[in-house]
Amino acid sequence: MQIVREQDVVLFRNRVREYSTKIGMSLVNQTKLITAASELVRNMLKYANGGQVVIEIISKSAQNGVRLTFTDQGPGIADIQQAMQDGFSTGKSLGLGLPGAKRLVNEFDIQSKPGEGTRVTVIHWKHGR
Amino acid sequence: MDRIPILKLGPFLLVTIQVDLYDRLALNLENDLITMVSKTGARGVLIDISAVSIVDSFMGRILGNIASMSGIMDAQTVVVGMQPAVAITLVELGLTLQGVHTALDVEKGMELLQDKIGPDYLQEQDEEEELDDRTE
Repeated sequence: MQIVREQDVVLFRNRVREYSTKIGMSLVNQTKLITAASELVRNMLKYANGGQVVIEIISKSAQNGVRLTFTDQGPGIADIQQAMQDGFSTGKSLGLGLPGAKRLVNEFDIQSKPGEGTRVTVIHWKHGR
Repeated sequence: MDRIPILKLGPFLLVTIQVDLYDRLALNLENDLITMVSKTGARGVLIDISAVSIVDSFMGRILGNIASMSGIMDAQTVVVGMQPAVAITLVELGLTLQGVHTALDVEKGMELLQDKIGPDYLQEQDEEEELDDRTE
């Protein structure tokens, strides 16, 4: 799914909700995943003027989960460690987006090179905490 | 452009958010609310988010902004009706909505607002009396 405008955020969140409902995820886990997704998609819009998200249902040892892959061709992140700290922001936000999103999902992976863009992958399992 | 309606209820303003907000809508609401506070001289703002299923850091920041802006304009802000899943998520996200008063539902929120502006009024009157005493 392409994300280019801020109205896409609401559409995208609804799409994530559909997928997580489909695998029977609890309301709390759904809310966590969608909130994390919302943070990440907002980052993508703000710093890279949009990008692409892939929503997938995956399974591992008889457990289902939703995997979201955010890819953008933005400026990339120079210091990922710094970007993952609470309260760090190069924009004018609270700096909770990346670290907060990481706390809300079960698995979190970020790859980024300055000048080449950023790819963030998150997974939330059906029975994940 | 879509807008969230703001209702005037005595000395308070009541906002019920019925849709998931996108950024522009949230910013408009912030703007409209502050304008309304100044226009009506409202003493309190009640925001009902019982229909909101997602509060992310942006939305949280807007709520915080509304509270501090209206605070400067001498109005208290109470956010009511937060869904349990939203509360759990907010805390894990690291957002504690500092400076924003909360209540379980609209009714309790109204009571809280009345309590809040009540003592303020009394205190002001007490201070005036004290000043009178001193001058005597």
